[in-house]
Amino acid sequence: MIKKVKSELKRRKPVSFENRDKTSTMPFMIPSIAGFMLFFLIPFFIVLYYSFIDNPINQEFVAFDNYISLLRNHAFMLSLKNTLIFSVIAVPLAVIIPLILALFLENNIPGKSIFRTALISPLVVPVASVILIWQVVFHYNGVINVFLDSVGIEAVDWFKSDFSRLVVVMLFLWKNTGYNMVLFMAALANIPLDVKEAALIDGVGPIRRFFRIKLNFMSSSIFFVTILSLINSFKVFREVYLLTGDYPYEGLYMLQHYINNTFRSLDYQKLSAAAVIICIIITAIIALLFVIDNKLGSSVDE
Amino acid sequence: MNKDKTRGKAKIKKIISIVIALIILGFTAAMFIMPIVLTVTNSFMTKSEITANYGKIFSEEGSSAVSSYIADKVNLKIIPDKVSFGQYITVLIKSPQYLLKFWNSVIYVIPIVIFQIIVALGASYSFARYKGKFRNTMFFIYIALMLMPYQVTLVPNYLVADWMDILNTRWSVILPGIFSPFAVFILTKTMQRIPSSIVEAAKIDGANEWKIFRKVFVPMSKNAIYSVAILLFMDYWNMVEQPLIMLQNNEDMHPLSVYLSKINAGEIGLAFAVAAIYMVLPLLLFLYSEDRVLEGIASSSAIKG
Repeated sequence: MIKKVKSELKRRKPVSFENRDKTSTMPFMIPSIAGFMLFFLIPFFIVLYYSFIDNPINQEFVAFDNYISLLRNHAFMLSLKNTLIFSVIAVPLAVIIPLILALFLENNIPGKSIFRTALISPLVVPVASVILIWQVVFHYNGVINVFLDSVGIEAVDWFKSDFSRLVVVMLFLWKNTGYNMVLFMAALANIPLDVKEAALIDGVGPIRRFFRIKLNFMSSSIFFVTILSLINSFKVFREVYLLTGDYPYEGLYMLQHYINNTFRSLDYQKLSAAAVIICIIITAIIALLFVIDNKLGSSVDE
Repeated sequence: MNKDKTRGKAKIKKIISIVIALIILGFTAAMFIMPIVLTVTNSFMTKSEITANYGKIFSEEGSSAVSSYIADKVNLKIIPDKVSFGQYITVLIKSPQYLLKFWNSVIYVIPIVIFQIIVALGASYSFARYKGKFRNTMFFIYIALMLMPYQVTLVPNYLVADWMDILNTRWSVILPGIFSPFAVFILTKTMQRIPSSIVEAAKIDGANEWKIFRKVFVPMSKNAIYSVAILLFMDYWNMVEQPLIMLQNNEDMHPLSVYLSKINAGEIGLAFAVAAIYMVLPLLLFLYSEDRVLEGIASSSAIKG
């Protein structure tokens, strides 16, 4: 009898609980889903729709005309090219430098927590606050050029030449190194102790220890940091804008500059097509990284 | 004998590696905090010292600073010649426009942080308690959108704000901020770790969903809520893109994070104080709760799994 009741309970419990959970937890997500739909999801489909019509009043279907004219648009292609060049330079650095710093911080070093705090602090400081110092240092009449002049090297126009990319890369790294370093430190802390100890006992040197053991365990966090830095590199407009304003040196004209300037002329079709293209590029890059990570990471199970 | 030698060698190796680490870390750390330190120390310079040191950079028009002395060469000083609160007094008392911009920042950031978390708590509870096709899909879309840069999300945001007729008002920045998915992502990941046995126990005690949510899930996510709040605060305190688009025709409502870059040559004597005031709040918050910030960042990597 008891057995029967028990088996009956077993049979019924999961089903009834699940159904109850489904409906009773539904109301909790209504505000979030509603707001998300209203501000992000539905207008995104409108954007998609706008990218295929001639203008919001006429609403005539024009297939890929908006995209084609965008790809022929000099300003858009320039901003796309600049953004991609920046990503190619900045992302590897934003992965490697924090990784090295995190490995150094893993050792038992005096004053470790002070170094850590100092390296992370730029993360919390608004970029706008330090722009002044950046300008004092890199301006044509600034500190670096004064120094270069004193050692007899010709001054460089750091904001209005190809060197400006370097300046922005430095600002980007200054801002983003801390975050990535924290992620790597967390990953290093998660490597099981017995694995580390086994490697130490086997007498494997620090460099081989890194490539043979740590790198394996960290592959997924390296993957994540790469994605994150890539996305952040698309956001570098902020730094460029604060440093040089709406119309920077040609090499610093970023996608967001194009979007901002197109907003001013309220060309919805172009804006929409641009947003969709950027969305596709980001999605493609992330998907690619996922594929690479799956191939690399299959050897180690987390 | 041999053992001693290798041990000694290993020791020397260890010392050398620590010294190298110290040098590299010390150098990088110094470079990293330099802009912050310089901004703070320069904020205590007198107006005439600022003009003398940096006049060459900030007065290209040449007209604004004719009367005062300008050094031939830019002179970046760490310690001011004379410590003065002149800049602060000018900012806080004589130039209300900076305080107004500061208030703008506060008015945007506080409601976004509070309401994004409140809205997210509900959604996260729902996502964590029950997994179904709809919820999994929704959660995936949230993450995908979280990863998109502003170039993608601002155009939809703008269309809705235009349709609701809230462009160039505070709401056009605050409302999309509240429904941004970052908090949902972190809090869902946190709540998913709460064991289901606790839910069962609460149910047997007769708790309804609202009670489980309020008495079990929210208290158990306290640390994550705190981390998310700090990260959100820092992120929105630094915002630039949203106000530039949403408040195109209403610069009076720009937050200080945008306005700071527009300080012109004539006001360079107080710029460092404004910059310092603006970074003090997030900096103190960070130093006060560094561990929570680190936890929050570390938990954001849960994207995969």
